[in-house]
Amino acid sequence: MLDRRNPQLNAHGELVHLLSTEGLPRAVMLHILDTAGTFLSVNDREVKKVPLLRGKSVFNLFFENSTRTRTTFEIAAKRLSADVLNLDIARSSTAKGETLLDTVANLSAMHVDMFVVRHSESGAPYLIAQHCAPHVHVVNAGDGRHAHPTQGLLDMYTIRHYKQDFGNLTVAVVGDLVHSRVARSDIHALKALGVPEVRAVGPKTLVPGDMAAMGVRVCHDMAEGIRDADVIIMLRLQNERMSGGMLPSADEFHKSYGLTPEKLALARPDAIVMHPGPINRGIEIDSAVADGRQSVILPQVTFGIAVRMAVMSIIAGNPA
Amino acid sequence: MSSLTLDAEALYIDLLAGVRSLLQPNSVLVGIWSGGAWLAERLQRDLQRPGVHGVISSTLHRDDFGSRGLAAGADATRLPFDVSGKHVVLIDDVLYTGRTVRAVINELYDFGRPASVTLAVLVDRGGRELPIQPAYSAARITLPREQRLSLARSDSGAFSFNIKGA
Repeated sequence: MLDRRNPQLNAHGELVHLLSTEGLPRAVMLHILDTAGTFLSVNDREVKKVPLLRGKSVFNLFFENSTRTRTTFEIAAKRLSADVLNLDIARSSTAKGETLLDTVANLSAMHVDMFVVRHSESGAPYLIAQHCAPHVHVVNAGDGRHAHPTQGLLDMYTIRHYKQDFGNLTVAVVGDLVHSRVARSDIHALKALGVPEVRAVGPKTLVPGDMAAMGVRVCHDMAEGIRDADVIIMLRLQNERMSGGMLPSADEFHKSYGLTPEKLALARPDAIVMHPGPINRGIEIDSAVADGRQSVILPQVTFGIAVRMAVMSIIAGNPA
Repeated sequence: MSSLTLDAEALYIDLLAGVRSLLQPNSVLVGIWSGGAWLAERLQRDLQRPGVHGVISSTLHRDDFGSRGLAAGADATRLPFDVSGKHVVLIDDVLYTGRTVRAVINELYDFGRPASVTLAVLVDRGGRELPIQPAYSAARITLPREQRLSLARSDSGAFSFNIKGA
């Protein structure tokens, strides 16, 4: 921790930056989920825009590529009436050797109100939050293997939407957990919201060693891992991040851990299947499951916009 | 009129008559969350209006968002009809600065273009900061700035007034 106090909260315990679901108070999470519910209905209006961030500038700082996340943040900010700038940082200043903090200082001089940051280095959004002007808010849109808190929160919104209550659920997080910031953000949120059984399911090489310490049941057997689950969160097999020896082959992985209709039948009949996207069809999930009755993958995307609107409007309204 | 003699149930009877006189063939009742929504719910029933009343929240259009942030609450706009072309009768418990009504009118227009918008309130406590006037108010009172007046509803549905900061 860079600060003794939770760097996401101000002295009144209000959210000023969203950096991680780790250490995020349950009440703050529930406030975000409730607010997101309000914003979901904005889609039904003739005017699909509210003026909460009118006159504010949101800079999307994506040091790592992501079309989906950047787009949903952009839509969310625009529906809140903010001015949005997308900066393709990977190809500009940084390539010329500018440091992260110099980039941020320069953009701050352009009167930014909020940074949405994605970076391949864990902790980069924390660093920016520590060094930006007091009125500037920071949202972590994914940093290294560390955290992807808006994805974690939209997953919680999705679970609550379909299951109402977190109190007696069994949630299985399946696949490549070791490279997954989504898995970490989900697990911290699930524990904080009181889900009694969280399972980490995957091969030994892809399940990090600290899972048991996080209060998670580790299952290396897929059948054991998803049996009687209420919620199955499939993770993308991050082939591009694999170094030699972690995985025999994608086919092998599919055989053992790919979600097929046969394996899904082991979960509860009303189980929902989630995936943060983009999906690798035929690797971690079969098309019959991804497009099937129990899949809520596309609703996740819709909920994601409302959750990002909630996060941005809540932090923008709280003073440092 | 002293605040101690504010009888919410008696004023409701007056409001009922006042709102009845405002109704036109194409009118809809929309209560401002939360006190106004309770009133609209009961007016809808007592006036034997078909369908369900609307509820409207000022949250997304408040002018103090920058200083107060987004409050946690269950207030959300629910308009179970198309507002376009309707004569919208807004209902609220207490009219004070007029800022909530301003925000609510903006909210209403996000859903369409009403034929007209009028306002009926239980109590007008003066102190307006915007050029907004009710078409009907059951009572007019003056209260010190620091006092907060709001409607309460008992489990049995009876109305009373809460006065805080006295």
